[in-house]
Amino acid sequence: METILEVKGLVTRFYSIDGVVHAINGVNFELYEGETLAVVGESGSGKSVTMMSLVGLIPMPPGKVEAGEAIFSTGETAIDLLSLSEEGIRHLRGSQIGFIFQDPISSLNPTMTIGKQIAESMTEHLGLSTSAARSRTVELLRNVGIPDAERRYSSYPHHFSGGMRQRVMIAIAMACQPKIVIADEPTTALDVTVQAQIVDLVKRLQEQYGAAVVWITHDLGVVAGLADRVLVMYGGTVVESAPVDELYENPQHPYTLGLLKAIPQLDASGDEKLESIEGSPPDLLQELALCPFAPRCAYAFDRCWEELPPAIKVGAQHTAACFYDVEKGGPRNGA
Amino acid sequence: MQRYLISRFVQSILLLIGVLIIIFFMVRLTGDPTSLMVAKEAPAEQREAFREAMGFNRPLYVQFFDYAFGILRGDFGNSLHFRQPATELILQRLPPTIQLATAALIFAIVLAVPIGIIGGSNPGSFIDTAGRTLGLVGQTIPNFVLALIFIVVFAVKLGWFPSFGRDTAISVVLPAIALGVGSMGQLVRLTRSAVLEIRNEDYIRTARSKGLSQIAIASRHVFRNAAIALISVISVQYGYLLGGSIYIETIFSWPGLGNLLQQAIAGRDFVLVQAIAFFIAFFVVALNFVADMAYSLIDPRIRYGN
Amino acid sequence: MATTSESIQFDEYVEPTLWDRIAYVGRLLGRDRSGIIGMALFLLLVVSAIFAPVIAPHDPLQQNLRAAKQPPVWEEGGTWEFPLGTDNLGRDILSRIIFGSRVSLTVGFFGVLIASTLGLVAGLVAGYVGGRTDSVITGIVNLFLAIPYLVFVVVFAAVLGRSLINVIWIFGITDSPIFARVTRGEVLRIRESGYVESAESIGVSATRILFDHILPNLIGPLITLATFEMSAMIFYEAGLSFLGLSVPPSVPSWGNMVQAGRQLLQTHWWISILPGIAIAIAAFGMNLLGDWLRDVLDPRLRRSRN
Repeated sequence: METILEVKGLVTRFYSIDGVVHAINGVNFELYEGETLAVVGESGSGKSVTMMSLVGLIPMPPGKVEAGEAIFSTGETAIDLLSLSEEGIRHLRGSQIGFIFQDPISSLNPTMTIGKQIAESMTEHLGLSTSAARSRTVELLRNVGIPDAERRYSSYPHHFSGGMRQRVMIAIAMACQPKIVIADEPTTALDVTVQAQIVDLVKRLQEQYGAAVVWITHDLGVVAGLADRVLVMYGGTVVESAPVDELYENPQHPYTLGLLKAIPQLDASGDEKLESIEGSPPDLLQELALCPFAPRCAYAFDRCWEELPPAIKVGAQHTAACFYDVEKGGPRNGA
Repeated sequence: MQRYLISRFVQSILLLIGVLIIIFFMVRLTGDPTSLMVAKEAPAEQREAFREAMGFNRPLYVQFFDYAFGILRGDFGNSLHFRQPATELILQRLPPTIQLATAALIFAIVLAVPIGIIGGSNPGSFIDTAGRTLGLVGQTIPNFVLALIFIVVFAVKLGWFPSFGRDTAISVVLPAIALGVGSMGQLVRLTRSAVLEIRNEDYIRTARSKGLSQIAIASRHVFRNAAIALISVISVQYGYLLGGSIYIETIFSWPGLGNLLQQAIAGRDFVLVQAIAFFIAFFVVALNFVADMAYSLIDPRIRYGN
Repeated sequence: MATTSESIQFDEYVEPTLWDRIAYVGRLLGRDRSGIIGMALFLLLVVSAIFAPVIAPHDPLQQNLRAAKQPPVWEEGGTWEFPLGTDNLGRDILSRIIFGSRVSLTVGFFGVLIASTLGLVAGLVAGYVGGRTDSVITGIVNLFLAIPYLVFVVVFAAVLGRSLINVIWIFGITDSPIFARVTRGEVLRIRESGYVESAESIGVSATRILFDHILPNLIGPLITLATFEMSAMIFYEAGLSFLGLSVPPSVPSWGNMVQAGRQLLQTHWWISILPGIAIAIAAFGMNLLGDWLRDVLDPRLRRSRN
């Protein structure tokens, strides 16, 4: 499969009153054409900031992308996203890279019709006339499952329900048929039944337009039915990366293990205690010179406290940033 | 939307009734209004005659309803000082005050809104800091002090503008700027904070994620939402300008309502004072209502309700 | 099972000392230059008012007709004996300005004290008790807030007569609605935030809820509001003095002084303008202080590590 995005050594910091927040500490990953990559992690793990850093959508004071490369390749051309100016990256946003955000209520302009909000990208990036953009938008509205599309073009966001609004957001994201769609927890604010519909819709559109989707979520349950590959993030680093089945069957990082054990099982006997991971998320005000998970890890040993573990290959397409091998019961070979 | 407007209308009416009650009792705070309006040295019979003529010896509720119904007919009584119906005097002095307030408002908007937008869009920049300082100074300097400074500098020393009166076309400039500076200060800060707040909203993030240009975002997304907040403030400011012109008009001898009020107070003409007070209050309440109407037309959430 | 080589270390919690707190405030001030200026001006005002007899070079009431209408020291004919010049009766303007700060500060301080106390009580009752009481109180508050402030303050002052106490009470009462509204808003917000409900559900008494939960959260916004309102009162008192509605002419107040110098404005500008600048600076400083306080006390900006 073609790699359409390759990120190497991404470092992002936020300079705040209380100190420097080391939000992203050396993130590496690849995104393949047309796949669905899930990025999971708890709040503060850096999953959103990573993606937003790539396209300049983090607040720039106080945030700053300190280092890294993000090679975006389409066909013949390859650009480092992080080397572009604001003007340069602006042209890619919306046209090549689309976004779906979490809260559709606040993410839509209350004073503009939804039709216009979708058509905006088309007129900006595709140079369409207003009427051409309008008819394409109506088609797109139908495609995302909004009934009575022609009339709904002139409706305002507050006329729609949460699920419908999210469909509008998806339409906005897909308006210019981008190569990458970044979905930042798009179903978190929705009812469970609506969640399933949205997931199906995104998958359908993904196939239709051939886009790669980065699905950011903290819900491992959603990931199972949805992703091709998974990145697990913690403390601003990627701690494990694997194809989805491999991750569920053969997790290697203690954090992933903890996450999977924490999912309540329907077929559990009911006597078992709910497992949780002890401790609390890392203090990002310190520069990372150790494994961020060490304080909470049952297996941490000396090396874990002294070095930041690099991503170690533990299987086909499978890496884990951990010095310890849980199965073996001792430090990992080749680490 | 209609329901909203109707309820606001009813509220306005209730407000005016409350104002009426306050005004009515205002001159009776220290007891018999006669003592306010007639000099203490006047002989007892003169005071008694006055009290009779004005009807102050009647029971309170009779006086009140008489007064209220008078107002409904547009009769505010006769000015003691000028010996004319108060209504006539007020209508005569109204146009200059409206002219002054309007000029002041235009000055305030034209200066404040662009500075506020630019400042809010580039927080921390030079324009932003300059704008904020300008706004702060404008808000805190007492307008009568500024008026005096203007007169000394621009009228006396430089001779560019007349220092009093309404005779020439440019007479309105100095008073309008002095009057409008306070509103300008308020508007700069408000516009700036509205723009700042809006720029932090999620839908601006969406707009940026669509790759729209700065201009498109500023005009279509930021401005539209800011305008909603501003419209009501501007209407309210207009009310303040109408009601706050007393100092400026006095200093510039501008023949408006504020000037009339000052003269009425100096002359202990409380009939006229009451009339002017009610008139201005009426205007302010009416303007607030207009502000609500404008607001409901512009904000689609209210206009196209549910 | 591997064991961890160190157990998790928590920083020892050390109670911040007074010096720590002062240093923290100092750092906060340093962040924002305008905060320092505001604080400095405020302290200047307070010191002038309290130590006026010590600081002022002359007796503010002492007339010195030989030295009447002397310009400030930087103009021709000025002397260091009267650094800011003298007025038409030969009284030293600098001393009168220093003494004038007493009137401004007194009105501002006590006016805000009354307004905040009344407003706090009204707002607490309205917000906490709710229901019909709330509607009534809110109705009254809205009524007061809708009427044009200046007109009504002027008229009340005219009715009640010229005295400092009257002015303080007028400001205190007419300004209380805004404190009531802010208090009520905060009370409602806190009630809705859940932890009051949980406190109530475990049977904590209403008074304790009030003191432990609600009041601490009110202090920030109220102090900020108090500072702004004090600035406004300085402003308005000066205006009233200007119209001759505040302190008697024998007491030096900035507004008085501006009014006294009006006739001589064209030739002896300093008599009016200098006290006017004093008003502006005092109001400006309080406003800056209020801005800084608002930034500092905003709970959203408050860090847990403190």
